[in-house]
Amino acid sequence: MHEMSIARSMIHIIEDEMHRHNAKVLRSVHVNVGRFSSIVPEALSFCFEIMTKDTDIDGARLVIDIIPLMGRCVSCDKEFEITDYSFLCPFCGGIKVDTISGQELSVVGIEVD
Amino acid sequence: MKIPVVRDILEANERIAGQNRELFDENRLLVINLMSAPGAGKTSLLERSIDALKNEISMGIIEGDIQSSQDAERVARKGVPAVQINTGGECHLDGNMIRDAFKDLDFKGLQLLVIENVGNLVCPAEFNMGEDYKIMMLSVTEGDDKPSKYPLMFRKSRVLLINKIDLLPYVDCSMERIEKESRRINPELTIFRISCKTGEGLNDWYSWLREQVNNKKK
Repeated sequence: MHEMSIARSMIHIIEDEMHRHNAKVLRSVHVNVGRFSSIVPEALSFCFEIMTKDTDIDGARLVIDIIPLMGRCVSCDKEFEITDYSFLCPFCGGIKVDTISGQELSVVGIEVD
Repeated sequence: MKIPVVRDILEANERIAGQNRELFDENRLLVINLMSAPGAGKTSLLERSIDALKNEISMGIIEGDIQSSQDAERVARKGVPAVQINTGGECHLDGNMIRDAFKDLDFKGLQLLVIENVGNLVCPAEFNMGEDYKIMMLSVTEGDDKPSKYPLMFRKSRVLLINKIDLLPYVDCSMERIEKESRRINPELTIFRISCKTGEGLNDWYSWLREQVNNKKK
């Protein structure tokens, strides 16, 4: 949901970084979308395309990596992929599990000239 | 040339939420973000909670809806300061909207601020506003399959209130299934079974709130 405003925020970050590095042309942007985020990658690509059309960054490639939902058990410290949204530790049954990945929505990097 | 960036796309909202949180903490104000599908009973819960607690806890309410000020009017009638935010179309509240509401709500003397979010089981879970806890409501008329359908909201919440238990004889809804499924997603979830209509189960909710307000004072 909100892929349009997410695309807008992405473009703001991209423009800020391009300005800081004095870059003129955007070749690609790399984004991480966590599996637990409610952002739909196809919708994000679509909105990014619409928002960059006929702008300075028109034509830039958007690369989206889906990051798996991973947890770490506070009791036994083991890390595991969380499947089917079950946050119980499969090793010791512990109920305190920290989410270590899978909720991100970030611009990881850009490729520029 | 590749430039590493690593910036959270929601950083703007997170920054404002963080600033809100600092302000709330300075004032030792407990802030809860109350979320549910439309019609689950959020405003009724507030009406009941205000009646029960207003003489011992000073509270203020921020109401969020797409349109209408009915909810703010309902809680204001109970004698507490209330502000209505109309988003006009946005399906959730965010940190910026809450910050804007400060000019209409003086929370300096308050101990508890409840933000009643827009009725929506999806988006509010993604947007922090600086609250201490996310609290969600699910009514028995919505069905017992909701936890696995909306896992993010159940995962992010500290408390689940299962409301309208007075209607259980008339609906096919297993509270045991709701509790089992939601605890699979969030094993530390505190769950209260309540009826805002009859008052059943609400005393435990009030006790939980009192405890949190007291902890915040320390």
